[in-house]
Parts: sequence; C-alpha cells; structure tokens
Amino acid sequence: MTTETRDNPIIPLQRKDFVSDQEVRWCPGCGDYSILAQTQKLMPDLGVPRENIVFISGIGCSSRLPYYMNTYGFHSIHGRAPTIASGLKMTRPELQVFVITGDGDGLSIGGNHLLHVMRRNVDLTIVLFNNRIYGLTKGQYSPTSEFGKRTKSSPLGSIDYPLNPISVAIGSEATFAARSLDIDQAHLMRTLERGAKHKGTSFIEVYQNCNVFNDGAYMEFADKSVRADRVLFLEHGKPMVFGKDGDKGIRLNGMQPEIVQLGNGVTEADLLVHDETRADPSYAFILSRMHWPEFPEPLGIFRAIERPTYDAMMQDQVDEARKTMGEGDLAAMMAEGDTWIVE
Amino acid sequence: MTQDGSKTNGHGPLPVEELDRVTIRFAGDSGDGMQLAGLQFTNTSAVFGNDVSTIPDFPAEIRAPAGSIPGVSAFQVSFSSYDIHTPGDEPDVLVAMNPAALKAHLADLPKGGLLIVNTDEFTEANLKKAVYPANPLEDGSLAGWRVIRAPITTMNARALKESGLNTKQIDRSKNLFALGLMFWLYERPIEPTVRWINDKFGKNPQVRDANIATMKAGYNFGETAELFPATYRVPPAHLPPGHYRNVTGNELTALGFLAASKLSGLPLFYGSYPITPASDILQELARFKNFGVKTFQAEDEIAAIGSAIGAAFGGSLGLTGTSGPGLALKSEALGLAVMVEVPLVVAMVQRSGPSTGMPTKTDQADLLQSMFGRNGECQVAIVAPATPAECFDMAIEAFRIAVTHMTPTIFLSDGYLGTGAEPWRIPNIADLPRIEAKFASDPARFKPYARDPETLAREWAIPGTPGLEHRIGGLEKADITGNVSYDAENHNKMVHLRAEKVARIENDIPELEIEGPQSGELLVLGWGSTYGAIYTAVQRAQARGLSVSQAHIRYLSPFPRNVGDVLSRFDKVLIPELNLGQLSLLIRAKFLVDAQTLNKVSGRPFLTREIEAKIYELVGAGSKVSV
Repeated sequence: MTTETRDNPIIPLQRKDFVSDQEVRWCPGCGDYSILAQTQKLMPDLGVPRENIVFISGIGCSSRLPYYMNTYGFHSIHGRAPTIASGLKMTRPELQVFVITGDGDGLSIGGNHLLHVMRRNVDLTIVLFNNRIYGLTKGQYSPTSEFGKRTKSSPLGSIDYPLNPISVAIGSEATFAARSLDIDQAHLMRTLERGAKHKGTSFIEVYQNCNVFNDGAYMEFADKSVRADRVLFLEHGKPMVFGKDGDKGIRLNGMQPEIVQLGNGVTEADLLVHDETRADPSYAFILSRMHWPEFPEPLGIFRAIERPTYDAMMQDQVDEARKTMGEGDLAAMMAEGDTWIVE
Repeated sequence: MTQDGSKTNGHGPLPVEELDRVTIRFAGDSGDGMQLAGLQFTNTSAVFGNDVSTIPDFPAEIRAPAGSIPGVSAFQVSFSSYDIHTPGDEPDVLVAMNPAALKAHLADLPKGGLLIVNTDEFTEANLKKAVYPANPLEDGSLAGWRVIRAPITTMNARALKESGLNTKQIDRSKNLFALGLMFWLYERPIEPTVRWINDKFGKNPQVRDANIATMKAGYNFGETAELFPATYRVPPAHLPPGHYRNVTGNELTALGFLAASKLSGLPLFYGSYPITPASDILQELARFKNFGVKTFQAEDEIAAIGSAIGAAFGGSLGLTGTSGPGLALKSEALGLAVMVEVPLVVAMVQRSGPSTGMPTKTDQADLLQSMFGRNGECQVAIVAPATPAECFDMAIEAFRIAVTHMTPTIFLSDGYLGTGAEPWRIPNIADLPRIEAKFASDPARFKPYARDPETLAREWAIPGTPGLEHRIGGLEKADITGNVSYDAENHNKMVHLRAEKVARIENDIPELEIEGPQSGELLVLGWGSTYGAIYTAVQRAQARGLSVSQAHIRYLSPFPRNVGDVLSRFDKVLIPELNLGQLSLLIRAKFLVDAQTLNKVSGRPFLTREIEAKIYELVGAGSKVSV
C-alpha cells in the first residue's frame, strides 16, 4: 500500500480486508461469531486506514477476537486490556483503538481498570461481551450471573449479587454507554458504529449467548418471536414506545418508570422521550435499572455526551508546554539549579 | 567577620579549625523541616566545592504525633575536602531540635562529638513524649559530649516578631535559624539558600523575607552568642575538572530517562502509581512536558505497567516505575512484555520488605524478585547503578539495552541511592551513547517473530505502519510467524530463544572491572548501593597493605562475560549485601565459587567499618578494627 492510497483510498476496503488468516475457534453457534461479523463489516465504514486500527483484548472467549481481525491486535492478560489500550492511545492519539472484553475479564478481574478508563474518558471503544458465565474455564458463574444461578462452581446456587454493566458504566462517568444483542445484527452494527465514532470512552455491552455453558441466557426477551413485546429500543428524541403493535410505553412517575397502555386518554405525549445527551447521569441510570420481566429490556444508547478526552488533554498539555516554554533543551535541564565549575 | 577572615565572638577572633571531613546529622520532628535544612546545607557545601554524600532518614508517617520518637526525621550529610563515597558511618555533629530527636539519635553520636540542642523544646511535656524520666540537659547524662545549648525556638520567634506571620508560621521557620547557625559554624555562604528561598517563596514575600531574616539571625547568633570555642573550615575537595551539580539519585534517574528519549529520538511515556521511594521519578518526569514526555498516574501498579507496555507497543519509550510490593503486582504484565518482546523499562527503587515492610528504609532484597519473580522461564535484562550519579548513566543503559535487544529491562536502584545526593559531573551530550531504534516497515519481508541473527531481537513493528498488521499476545508464539502455537517443539525452541536473546546482551555491555590489584587474596564483590561503603573499606584495607580488590557488578542480567574469570583470580570472594545473600546465591550457583557472605538487613546501608571488619576476618588484619 502506498501513502497515496492510504490517505485517499482509491479502492474502498471491504469486510474481507479485515478478515485475518486465522481459523476462528469459537464453539459452533456461539454469539461471538455475530459480533465478529458485525465488527468486520463496520471497519470499512469508519474511514480509518486499516493500519491505524488496533484491537486489544484481555483473556476469555471474547478476547480471542483480535486474532480474527486483519488489523493490529494485542491479546493481552486477564482484565488488563484497558491499561494497554490507554497507554497506546495516550501516545498515539491518531489510532482507532478497540478494547474487547467480557463479563469476567472486564467486570471481575479487570473491574478496577474498566472503572478508571471510563472516568478518564480515554478515547477507546470498549465492547463487553456479556454471556453471564465463564466460558473459557468451562462454566463457572460470573459477576453478571443471576443471583441463585447453579453452575459448576455454585452447585447450590450463586450467592453473589450481580453487577449491572450499564449501571457500572454510568456510575463510572462513562460518556457513552450502550447495550446491544448478538442476534440483532442491524442493531448491533448501528450501536458499534455509534460507539466507534464517539469521542471518548464508549462502553458497549453486548448480550451474547453461550450455547455451551449458558444457553438461552437472554432468550426470554431476545427471541425474535417475543422481542418486540419484551425489548425497549431506545431512540434519541423519541417517546419510549414498545410492543409489536406499538401500543405500550414507558412513563416516568417521579423517579420511577412505569409501563402504560396507550389509548384511553394516554398518548405518546405522556411518555418519556429518550434523551441520551442529558448531562445528569441519573436519568440514564434509571433506565439501566429496567429489566425484563418487570420492564421491557432496554437496548440502545443510554448515554452519549461530549467531554474532552484524556488522550487529547494529555497531548494539549505537551503542546502547550512546548509553546510556552519552547522545545526542551536537555543540556539546560541537566545544568538546572545551583551548579559550580571545578577547574 | 574580621578583616583577616577570622570570626569574632565579641572578645576577639575565634580560632578556626581546619578539618578534612565533617558529618552532620540534623534531627527533629517530622514537621520541623529537617530534610529541607539538610538538603540546603548539602547543596551549599557542594556549591562551595566540597565533595558531599547524604542519607535522609525519615519516618513513613507524614506527621506522626508531634514530639514523639516515631515522628523524628533526620538527614545526615557528610562533606569533605577529599573524594568521599559514603555519608559517614556516624555523625561528628548532631543537631537535635527536640528531646525525641536527641533520644532517637544520641546513640549514634560518638563520645566527644558536638551536640547542638534546641533547649526551648526540653519542656516537661516534650520530655514525657520522648519518654525521658529526667531532663537530660540537667541530669549530667550528656557529660560525654560537647553540648551546645541554643534556645532556637525563642531566638527564631524573636527574629520574626515583626514579620507579620502568626505564631505557628513563625515556628515553622526555626529550621532556617538552625541552618543559619550551622552555616556560620562551618563557614558556609548563605547566598545559595537565599536564592533558593527567593525562588521558592517569591510569590509570598512575607514568608520569603521571614525565612531569610531568621537564617541570617541564626548566622549572627553564632557570631555573637559565645557558644562555640571555634569555627570550622572544610576546604573544597579536588574533584575532577568539570561542571558540577548536587543532585539525588532519583532526580538523576528521571534525567537519565529523559536523556534516553533525546538520544533515541523517541518520546518517553511514564506510567506509574505513587509509591515510596519511587514517586520522585514520577514527579520529576511530570516537569518535562516540553520535551514531549507524557506521564500517567495510573489507578494501580498493574495499570501503570500495562500503559507502559501499550506505549512501547506503539513505538514510544515505555517506562514504568515502582518499589518492592509494586514489582510483585507488575510481575504478570512483565511476563507479557517478555512474551511480546517489546522494549519496556521498569525503574525499580528497592525498599525494605517483605510486604509493606519499611517504605522509607533501604534494602537490596529484590534482586531475586527482579531476576526470577515471574511465572515461566521469563528472563529480563537487569542493570543496577552503584551510586546516585550512576543512576543517570544506567537509566540510559536500561533503554539502550531494551531498545537494541527488544527486551524488558529492569533498572534496579534502591532508596539509599534514590534519596541520597552527591555532586554529579554534568556530562556532554555528545559523549552519551546513541540509542538506535529500528522500526520494521517492509511488508514484503516482515514476519512478526523473525529475529536479528546476531542479537535475536525481533523487529519493532508498530501500529500505523501500512501492511504490517499483525497480532501479538501472551499465548505462546510460533517461531517466525508469531501465530498462536501449542506445539511442543516450538515451545521448547521459543523458551530457549527468549533466554538466549537476553544472554547475548553480554556481547553489548562492558566487562567487569577489578578496582585494585588484578589478582590476589580477596575480592570484595558487590552490586548496587553498597559500592561506596565497599570502596572505602577496600581502600583502607589496601592502605594497610592487604591483598584486597573490589569489583562491582552493574549488569546483573546477563552478567558481564568475564565474571567467572575475575572470580578465578582471587583466593577468596566476599559478597556484602543488604539481604540474606541473593547475589551470592547466583554467583555460587553459576560459577561454583565458595563465596563468603556479609549480610545486613536493617533498613540501613552498610557502615564502612562493618565491611572492613569482615575483610580483616578473611585476610587477617594488621590491627583490629572494632565494630
């Protein structure tokens, strides 16, 4: 590839340009295949030269994804991908950096890093595959497993209260928090694209089925036959309507969301209108607490606000120092302070 | 001063005694500013032309209860008219600002030593806090020392009566009164400290003027109070010609890394988590933004090294820094850096362990952690400065090795080197080694794990390079391609390749030098901060005609290639270390030499006489040395 074609692509890249020569080794039927496919499909649309795209992952089934992307990739150690990605982005702000993680990798062993990378707003796109189970170690409960879940390591039921990844993201000051579903390809593609184009940390939770150790984790609401009635698709600026006939909605009663039936005097004007740009995170947090079966399960972008990114501010400080102090002079710095000459 | 340069005490000129070396220990409450007084005294002496060597001794607590023994903070400076290598075994002078400081440090002051006591603080309450049943100023217990009673607190308060500061602020300046007094006693100029005060407090004229005023008052107090029978003069030392600066090891460590950035033309990134005694490096590097240096205060030690690995992956000089327990936290990520073969440097400033240990005290007990503290066969390069001044050179060496050989490298310093100061001859940039980074760029030829035939270094292929898109990671790599491999033969080969790559660094480092006769009865072998004490002890033994030489290892992994030869030239080998025998374990295992050990793990550096006594035990002494 020459410089000319890089800066000004004559032949647009296609999905196949982002498929590596490595054989994909997830279990047949795994939800990860869909996430990989949408990710590869998204790449040409980003308008970023392939060599400037980097995927960094931790450990777990999800974290194998970088091997399958024909970009730069780094399959690191358990939970630490956000740290490596942060270091790379801070020093190479022009790169488009993705972090691929899972519920165990991101929220258990790497919970501390996930929290801090989000509050700093490093310009990274973090995709957390949430299958609510440890798959690679063959079926132990994870920090997002339901309370009482029976697994190989919790034969009498888990007594861990689960974490809610979107609540964690919002509580960690994430500027972008979204949720999508492995089997809803169009929604997943749109969500990944929004996340990738967001300036700052974008946190995307993907509900992902593990057909070997936690099959059907989300089927109750995610199955195509019931999805319209049991899922609420968040759309910025639109009232919260759901149901296959579009006849149900979400209204806010004080701090408490409630389901209402449209008609009999209740109109869309009474419904909550989704605003992903609200500065106060409380609203997005309320949405993050809604779950099937009490509520339709919300999917989409909970929060997307603008805030200067950490990497850009770090670069600004360097640029500003150079402007005000001039380019550093090593000889002068070495001779700083009181010095003396011995003849 | 009178015209002939001698001082008066109001009744005629005071005699001036010329000395070739003086060691002063300033001790007071941790709020008393003893570190500042010590540093200013050191700096002034250095600028005056003396050789200097220092050791701060402060508690880990920021403010332990005022007046208590755990709250005592001290600073020892030795200054001389000849080349010195240690801050002195014991002080000649102790400045005790309160009863607790006296209690904590008096035992180190030899009988006959000069003891300057701030009498104002010897109140009933303070004596009780220091657990003195009776006032030592009154019960005759200080009879063996030359006691100078100075009412420092009230003299300082009197000097600053008109300053407009409140009582508490005034009291905080008393260290400068004491410093002024010491400047008078040892004929030091006050101008360097006046300059420093102007710089530091320029924005607060009231405090600036008060500090200068009380320092001058302390100086004048010495001149008029008739407390001292004489003043003392330590003429300048004959250091090699050059441009000098007094500076601590940690400051030079930061400067060395900055120099490495300049010498390589690559930006420096420092990811670190605050930890004593390495935090100075973070604070220093954070000042260098106009050099393009980026510093990142991470959420923990793991994030700190992770960010540095990310920076190294991206083509920067990736640096992280820490101390003992921090290295333990970083060890998994360090293993990753070994696997992905990026040029990462870890600045490791040892402190007393295990666990949290004694954060402000020094040990050398992390050599084996640095060497082996990772899962799997996981070799890294290790360099170790021997003096504060060498921190500069070895920081550059760490990156030269890391970049040339594409290997993580540990820069192994310790608290004694990091916080100790000495005159540093500022080098010419043209004399420093170049660091040549070679980045892969040719897609036709590129293989992620192909190696340089000579060094076995793989290529540095950074994101943003068209056509080199590839994946690296912690899983075992197939030779050449870098793809994931579980093949048994491949794993065996890769383990050997990684080890061999580090071993071949021996072709790129200087040989171990013998200081003194090139063969003989005893070789004293050391590493790291024990250099000064070993050097002085060996010099003394040589002066007595004993067959003793010294060799100091600055490259610990791999060892210089002639270590075996050096060892074979001597009948006996002594290895003094501030641990239970870590270098000696390695030397014994690798060279099958019956090395003798001298171990001390007290949180303090060796005293010269401790090493000297062991030398005499091994080769016989002309006369006994008491320990």
